[in-house]
Parts: sequence; C-alpha cells; structure tokens
Amino acid sequence: MAESLVLRERPWYSLPKLKQYFSEIRRYPVIPITVILLLLVVPAIGANWIAPHDPYDGDLNTRLLPPVWVGEDTNIRTVVDRITDRNNQFTLGEATRQIQGGKATLVSTAGEDPERAVALGDQLLEVKQEGGQGKHLLGTDKVGRDILSRIIYGSRISVIVAGIAIFISGAIGASLGIVAGYFGGWVDSLLMRLVDISLSIPIILMALVLVTALGASYQTIVIVLVIFLWAQYARQARGETLTVRVQDFIARSKVAGASDVRIMLKHVFPNVFNSLVVLATLQVGFVIILEASLSFLGAGIPRPNPAWGLMVSDGRELIISSWWVSLFPGLAILLVVMGMNLMGDWLRDKLDPKQRQI
Amino acid sequence: MQRYILIRGIWAIVALWAVSVLVFGLARITGDPTNTLLSFEATDEQREIMKAYWGLDKPLPEQYAVFVGNIFRGDLGDSFKWRQPVTDLVSDRFPNTIILAALAIAVASVIAIPMGVLSAVRRDSIFDTVGKSIALVGQSAPPFWVGLVLMWIFAVQLDLVPTSGKGGVTSYILPTLALGLFWVAALMRLIRSAMLDVLDSEYVKLARIKGLAEWRVIWKHVLRNAAVAPLTYFGIILGSLLVGSVTVETVFAWPGLGYLVFEAVIIRDYPLVQAVVLIFSVLFIVVNLIVDILYAYLDPRIRYQ
Repeated sequence: MAESLVLRERPWYSLPKLKQYFSEIRRYPVIPITVILLLLVVPAIGANWIAPHDPYDGDLNTRLLPPVWVGEDTNIRTVVDRITDRNNQFTLGEATRQIQGGKATLVSTAGEDPERAVALGDQLLEVKQEGGQGKHLLGTDKVGRDILSRIIYGSRISVIVAGIAIFISGAIGASLGIVAGYFGGWVDSLLMRLVDISLSIPIILMALVLVTALGASYQTIVIVLVIFLWAQYARQARGETLTVRVQDFIARSKVAGASDVRIMLKHVFPNVFNSLVVLATLQVGFVIILEASLSFLGAGIPRPNPAWGLMVSDGRELIISSWWVSLFPGLAILLVVMGMNLMGDWLRDKLDPKQRQI
Repeated sequence: MQRYILIRGIWAIVALWAVSVLVFGLARITGDPTNTLLSFEATDEQREIMKAYWGLDKPLPEQYAVFVGNIFRGDLGDSFKWRQPVTDLVSDRFPNTIILAALAIAVASVIAIPMGVLSAVRRDSIFDTVGKSIALVGQSAPPFWVGLVLMWIFAVQLDLVPTSGKGGVTSYILPTLALGLFWVAALMRLIRSAMLDVLDSEYVKLARIKGLAEWRVIWKHVLRNAAVAPLTYFGIILGSLLVGSVTVETVFAWPGLGYLVFEAVIIRDYPLVQAVVLIFSVLFIVVNLIVDILYAYLDPRIRYQ
C-alpha cells in the first residue's frame, strides 16, 4: 500500500507565513503609499464625509483655538494701580474686559459680584491663550474655521490642480514629442527650439504677470502650470521615440502597410509610456509645491478656498501667537510631496532604470 | 567653441525676445487699460485723450517698438503705488536679493558637497542614510514653510535672531537657511549620483592600482569629474531657486525684489510686476547662458552635439 503524504498548509497567522508576507510587502513602497492614501487620495475623495466641519464656515467665537493637546495658557496678574478718568469706581467687570476681551477672572475672589470695586492687590487670572477643544483637533484659524477640515478639503484642490495640469501637459508634450521624433526633419528642429526657449524662460514669473493681469483662478493656475510643464514631456517623449523609431518592428509594420498615425499610436506610444509615467510621478510633488508657492504669493488659488499654500500664507502674520495656523497645512504639503517623491523614485527604478536621479 | 557660444548666445537673445513679447502681450490682453486708469464716468473723448497720452491708439507693432525702446533707455514706467520710476525701486532692492541668493548658494554648497561625497563613498552607511533623508526632506518641503518654521523656533521661541526684515548679521541667518535647504538637497543628490557613476569607471580603478592615497583618488579624480554633472540640471534648479527666493523674501519681509513683486501682485501694481519679472528673466537667461558655456568648456563632448 502506497504511503500518502499529508500536507498541511500553515495558517496565515503563523510566524513563517507572516514573515513571508512581510518580506513581500517590503518590496513595495509601503510608507509612501500609505501617506499618499491617507493624506491625498482618501481625503480628496471623501472630504464631505470625513471632514468634521465646513471648510468655509467659521465661528468667530472659537477663533484661533490651538490644537487639542495644547493646554490653556494663563497668567496671574496683580492689580498694582488703578487709573480711572471718571469718578465712579473701577469695577471687576471692567478690569476683566480690559485685560483680554473679558477672558480674565478674579482668582482670589472668584465668583464675586462683577460690580464690586477692584482693590489694590486683587489677583486677576488672565487667559493669554485658550486651550484646545476636542471638536477642533488641529485648532482654528483667525476666522474660526477648523484647520483639519480645511486641510482635508485642501487635498482635493491639490489633487485636481496637479492632476489636470500634469495630464494636459503630458498629453500635449507626448503628442508633440512623438510626432517630432517620428518624422524628424524640420518638424523636429522646430519643436526642439521651442522646447529650448520655453525651458530658458522663467515661466513661473510669467505666472505672476498673468495673474496680476487676469486675476487668480483655477483656470489661470492650470494654464500657467501647463505652459511650464509641457516642454519636459516633449523632450522626454521625443528622445524615447528616436530610439524606438529605428527598431525592426516599426519597419515591419510599415511594410505591412500601417499608417503613420497607427504606428505612432500602437507601437511608439506604448514604448514611450513608461518613462512618461515616471516623469509624471516625479513631477507631482514638484507641481504641488509650485501651486502652493503661487497660492502663498496670492497668485494661485483664490481665497477663501482651502488651498494648502493659502493656509500657510494665512498664518504668516500670526506666527508669533498662533503657530498652528501655518504649521499643519505646511506639514501636509511636506508629507504628501515626500510620499510622491519616494513613490517616483521607486517607480523609476522599477519601470525606467536608465533615468538619472535629479 | 566659438561657434557653440555664438549659437547659445543667439538662442538666449531669442529667449529674451520671447520674454519681452510675452510680457507685452500679457499687458494687452487684460482689456482696455483706460477702464482702470479712469473712472467709469469718463467720456469717450476723455478715453481717447488718455489712449493718445499712453500711445495706446497706435497699432500694436508700433506700441511694441516703443515698449522695447523704453526698456533699452531704462524706462520701465512708474509704479502705481509708490508713484516713482520702477527702475529706482528695483535698483534699491536688487542688491539685497543677490546677497541673499549668493549667501544661500554658498552656504548650501559648503554643506552639500562634502555630504554628497561622503554619501557616495560610504554608500549605504549611516552617513548615506542621513544624507539621503536630509535630501528628501529638503526637496519636499516648501521653502516658505521652512522659513516660517525656522522663524517660529529660532526667533519666536528661542529669541536668538530677529523674526524678519534686514538688520544685523543675525537677520541673514534664517532666510539663508530657508532658501539654502532646497539647494542642499538638490546638489547633494546630484553629487552623490554623479560620484557613484564615476567611482565605477576605469580610470578610478587605475588610480587606485597606481597606489594613490584614497583621499587623493576621491577628491582629485572622482569629485573633479563628478562636479560637472550638476551643471546640467542647473537651469531647472535655478528656476526653483527663483520661486524659493520670492517666497522666502516674502516670509521674512526681506527688502529684495521677491518681496517687492509680492507686494506688487497683491495691489496689482502692473508696471512694477512687469519690471521685476523682466529683470528676473534677464538674470535667469544670462545665468543659464553662462552655465551652458561653462559646461561646454568643462566637458568638450557637449560642443559637438
């Protein structure tokens, strides 16, 4: 009688299995993907459901609240002198109003009648900074809008602006680059000169002129970014096309009677595609910073949209008292761009190892 | 070489011309300037007088010729806000921008070059990891935000340096760091990858076989050849540096061209924006030209492409 082996699969939670999964996962850029998902993709899609508050609607009663973990900052001050220009007594109520918008209270005699006259030596509790509240995790800005909600909605702006700009410039750049590389001759020289000129003009400064002229809007910023970005795609696509063009399968499809358009679409484009995807991924971070810089300067997304660059700019004059207004939106930019850069590096190594690191 | 310089020079001039056309064209697509210069009650006759005064009744090519002629005579118009010639405003602020940018590049290079070399030579060591992390953060952080964070830590919390404006030596520190961080990141990555390429080459092996001291191999043979590579990307980096210096100057209220253009954008001071953009563009194109020529001088292969 033949012996039979009984093989038992280890359960998925056993240590060797887990180790195996772990080492498989390690080959993918897990951290960047998580960061991008958590900070960019999920908030952009689900802002309406995730955001705890409305990004445009502020409550002036809760303006400039710090993040939830920051405690109340108070200061006890003793009354050392009273200056009144009237005959009547200087009351507790007036004293508290004088200190800071009525947020000071009498320490030693808490709960007393606000009409009582202030005596020398009374101790007043001054609230220099209110504590954070649970309903505003990352605090509020100067018109009382919830910063976390604005960051969540802001990721939608970043995704849309960067996505559209890169898609359009990629499409324009790739088609021009492929056509130029495929036909060569004067078409090619013309395009390359155009690319050279466009790369040697500081387009971003043109953006400032354009925005001063037309006013800040979504359209303006996308147009500016496309003018700035298309040339790099054209150069890349053209370079790749030159190497693909001379290969055998192109000659064979010509012999088989394929039209130029068909060859470019079916044979050249798929071969150029990978390197364009890598370029696009590497550029997302750069484009997000560019958009944020322009918005920061008032030349990008118009107020009161919750663009991250604008939010950092909102906190610029408040940095001495309310650091959180600029810190968190900037941190969002940093993390997302870092994630995109790591992702781009990984993709480049995977899909297009010839490309040099910048 | 002369032919190469000539060709690059011609293209630089074409680029300058393109910039002037763009700026001129953008000024004209904004609509009728008499709408903003005159009140809405102005009669047609008054508008005609205004147009004649500014030369707007002439055909576009003639207007363009006048515009270019004025640029050559150093006349860029008057600022709406300051009511004085734009050229005066710009020449006051220009040195401050150059000082800050030069300082940032210098300080950052001093940090980035040894870091890049060390990262490449001791690949995958702790130096490399730290270096790569700094480069990653430096490339991903928007300079204006870095400026604000530095300001909050060192000026507000620790009170070591002034928060903004241009004053004593200490007021230079934070803007320089904020602007320099990106440069550190870019330069370090470029030096590192170029060094790794060169370290693989035959002549480095030969130098080692010859028995040269390791530091001599690294600094004399490898770095000298690797240092050319970053020049290729100088144009791209310069563009980012330009954006960076506009935003960083704005953060620190640094009295340079960047802050000036920010103020001008906010109040829509059109002649001023136009002038600063023209000057920055000329600077950008000229620096790129110099870099191209320098690159061709250092690497003869380029001249014959």
